[in-house]
Amino acid sequence: MNDQQVFVDALLDPSQPVPGGLVTWNGSNPLARFSVYRNNVIASLINALADTYPVTQELVGADFFRGMARIFVSTEPPSSRVLAFYGASFPAFIENFQPAESVPYLADVARLEMARVRAYHAAECAGLSADVIVHALTAVEQLPHLLVGFQPSMLLVRSQYAVASLWAAHQGIVDMTTIDPYVPENALIIRPDLDVDVMRLTDGASEFIQQLLRGASLGSAVEQASLSDAQFDLTGTVSLLMRTQAIVSITARTN
Amino acid sequence: MPTALVEAQQRWRAPVRQHETGLPARAGVGLKPEHFRHILETLPDIGFFEIHAENYMVDGGPYHHYLTRIREHYLLSIHGVGLSIGGETALDLGHLNRLAVLMERYAPQSFSEHLAWSSHGEVFLNDLLPVPYNARTLQRVCDHVDQVQTHLKRQMLLENPATYLEFDASTMLETDFINEVLRRTGCGLLLDVNNVYVSGINHHRDPYATVDALAHEAVDEVHLAGFTQEQDGAGDTLLIDSHGAAVAQAVWQLYEYALKRLGPVATLIERDNDIPAFDVLFDEAGQAERLLRAIAPKIPAREVVA
Repeated sequence: MNDQQVFVDALLDPSQPVPGGLVTWNGSNPLARFSVYRNNVIASLINALADTYPVTQELVGADFFRGMARIFVSTEPPSSRVLAFYGASFPAFIENFQPAESVPYLADVARLEMARVRAYHAAECAGLSADVIVHALTAVEQLPHLLVGFQPSMLLVRSQYAVASLWAAHQGIVDMTTIDPYVPENALIIRPDLDVDVMRLTDGASEFIQQLLRGASLGSAVEQASLSDAQFDLTGTVSLLMRTQAIVSITARTN
Repeated sequence: MPTALVEAQQRWRAPVRQHETGLPARAGVGLKPEHFRHILETLPDIGFFEIHAENYMVDGGPYHHYLTRIREHYLLSIHGVGLSIGGETALDLGHLNRLAVLMERYAPQSFSEHLAWSSHGEVFLNDLLPVPYNARTLQRVCDHVDQVQTHLKRQMLLENPATYLEFDASTMLETDFINEVLRRTGCGLLLDVNNVYVSGINHHRDPYATVDALAHEAVDEVHLAGFTQEQDGAGDTLLIDSHGAAVAQAVWQLYEYALKRLGPVATLIERDNDIPAFDVLFDEAGQAERLLRAIAPKIPAREVVA
């Protein structure tokens, strides 16, 4: 094993001994000095998670969050030098983290927060103007075969829990006491300009968008959305997508 | 660049620059997202801004939006923290390519990285870890610096580290090691005066002697930052390079001493934690500019905006 691998193992696991070959000018035990590196590594990565997941942290408190993050950091340290998206697998980790079982919606709130980070850093793409969209939708015979392309910043989080309301409550937008976390919600995350928006969607609207995101044609997406939600409102959903400049392309399926 | 600055640089720094452009011998500040809007609204009179490369390795969004606009008004230094030049494993080509994209997009006046390692294989540790100073490390570091300069087609600056431990396997002084890297690779030196002071206290070395020993003609930028104080296993002072406090008085004194040796040189106020209002950093940059002007009166005074 090479020297830096020994260093890495000891940094991530405090039960490992301090690597050999380290010296101090005053002959002191190198543990205190090595611990500075340990703390830098662990604390900076926990802080990176706390930056990405502020509402997740508020829901369980800083002590619980940091304890949970501490375990995540040592089992899944970053593999990328770009820390913005570090912890993409943290929601899945939370889902299987037994001490958090009593907060079953925690993982999905974390999913929403990671989606917000992705939306924040996503590439810009000019949204189609309302005129262009309306024009594309007037060719009735083509309509069922159209494919819709969305902003890279548009993401969908569908949950058994009230993720969008829980998130909004922690922004002070909604009164926390009015929220039943066990009501299923769908959240649309999109960054029309510089700010990331989080919006609640009906089942039908989110099924419609999810189908389109998977590459389904407009006709097929409408069918699936209507099947999953008898109240599906196509006009309202399309106008929401127009308002948020979500649509960047409408093309006819070639096959 | 104002003529006076060009003259001052030519007077003080004889060796030919590899780039016609470079940072001005003024004070700059680390660019923080908290300050984006304030900077664009007030356009403060500041020598340059410095960014951490890795924060801008994203596809789009507010970071690029604001940096693009700020770049239209200011000179820029790009400072990497993730290249792991001291690493035993090969440099990450994907990361080098992402750096090249940033250089192309923002055409910075300077690119710098650290004499340290931060990743090993697939694991990125997000800290600047120490290396032993010996022939083996020297070869590796020089190979990596060569690779970076070749890949980016430009000279890089290498920053001296703040360290908390030393290695049995070291056979060279840190200053000799750094000078040899500079000599073999032709890279420049980013002299972090705070790191010199922190390492000096931590390893019982004279920081003034360290400044004396480093190759002055290679210094193209200086960093100043704050530290915090702890104790080691024997109860002796251990300084932590925290970037979370104002520049300490002892570091200002060492900076003043260094300037007399180096001549005027671009100087960055670094703050990465507990980030204060922009004006606090602007005031620290003002302190650096007063010291720069004291040794090179030709550097124009800041414009006073009523």
